[in-house]
Amino acid sequence: MSSRGSKMEEVKLFGYWVSPFCRSVEIALNIKGIQYEYIEEDLTNKSPQLLQYNPVYKKIPVLLHNGKPIVESMVILEYIDETWKNNPILPEDPFEKARARFWANFVDQKCFPALWKTIWSTSEQYEQNKAEALERLKVLENELGGKRFFGGDSIGMVDIVANFIGFSFRTIQEALKLDVFTEDNFPKLWEWAENFANCSPVKKCLPPQDKLIANFPPAYMGKTLVSSFQSRLQLQFHPPAAAK
Amino acid sequence: MAGEGVKLLGYWASPFALRVRSALKLKGIEYEYQEEDLGNKSPLLLQGNPVYKKVPVLLHNGKSISESLVILEYIDEVWKHNPLLPEDPYERARSRFWAKFVDEKCVPALVGVITKVGEELEKSAREAREHLKTLESGLDGKRCFGGTKIGFADVAIAWIAYWVRMEQEAFKIQLIDQQNMPLLAAWIDYVLEDPVMKEFMPPYDKLVKHTRDLREKLTAVVSN
Repeated sequence: MSSRGSKMEEVKLFGYWVSPFCRSVEIALNIKGIQYEYIEEDLTNKSPQLLQYNPVYKKIPVLLHNGKPIVESMVILEYIDETWKNNPILPEDPFEKARARFWANFVDQKCFPALWKTIWSTSEQYEQNKAEALERLKVLENELGGKRFFGGDSIGMVDIVANFIGFSFRTIQEALKLDVFTEDNFPKLWEWAENFANCSPVKKCLPPQDKLIANFPPAYMGKTLVSSFQSRLQLQFHPPAAAK
Repeated sequence: MAGEGVKLLGYWASPFALRVRSALKLKGIEYEYQEEDLGNKSPLLLQGNPVYKKVPVLLHNGKSISESLVILEYIDEVWKHNPLLPEDPYERARSRFWAKFVDEKCVPALVGVITKVGEELEKSAREAREHLKTLESGLDGKRCFGGTKIGFADVAIAWIAYWVRMEQEAFKIQLIDQQNMPLLAAWIDYVLEDPVMKEFMPPYDKLVKHTRDLREKLTAVVSN
């Protein structure tokens, strides 16, 4: 079928449509123009393959390349960049590369959990969680500065890892009537998000807005509903624990 | 080897700073070391790592790099001899995976052993044992995470060898079990004997005392 030694052979991605970690991988694959088979996982009933390929965490995303599994979204991004060298997502210069890795970690470990917490806040928790999220977004906006993207003229690793901020979070917060990430508070990030969501590798894998909204019921909708839904998602994402 | 203005800001008891010192030693890079007083951080540290204000920070040609694993990658890319990471992308992914696993799973559990009491302490110790058992699987039957010789993951993880032994002695709990984790126990012995790896391990008794004092301070706060 494919030529021997072709890196295009058998690329599979085990994912979950809501997951921004999975979306990071999809965006990277799209940037590189890699054809892949996407397998949607039911997180309440994980497939034997998923459990086999990621025995340590049992989580998506899992990238399968020529039968070998690579897990953890940031590790996968590095793997993709090293395996397919066109359209690099990391800069060439070691210092700029280090900087990109640093900020990708910041988004992953500090921004995402803070934003996630605001979505799942009760009304008592909201103001405090919002304050933390605002702090983190402020730091991120300062880093963006006057750049179009964190990666410069085109999207790079930091932009990819920040995909939740770039698209899904704004959709969800609008539906839930939250006021965390606003154009007034973060004009640069706002503009970044508009540009980011319009990039073709990103547009290709964005979830439909209405489907996304339906997936996040308002936190005030009653404890039972939220807690059962939350427990399903928390199988997958960082639980809204205290920030490190 | 000329370091072209390489400086490391560290702290004697920090396993994260230890990683960087070991990496610089493996590469034979000359550098200036600055010990930080964490109760009175230097302007260089605050400037070098404004986001987290933490050690280690590597300063190279006037630029600062923070986050120990990011620093290790940087060192490997700038000084290409004696590579830390393997060449093959899949093996590189494996190395990165295990380094991250230690930070995400082992660190919180080992910190829990220091900071918790009673049932919570038991829980942390149990978790630590579980994660160490998982970590053993990363060896994949080999002598070290890098295969036959020390590599990126070993440098990232080596401190565990030392800290686990130290916590076992300091708090009289069992974390590593020769019977249950023979490969990891063997790796620990191997790493602790390696001249480069052990060069920057903090003085043992000093670390035991430091950790006990820390625990006393933190658990007093908790119970008050």
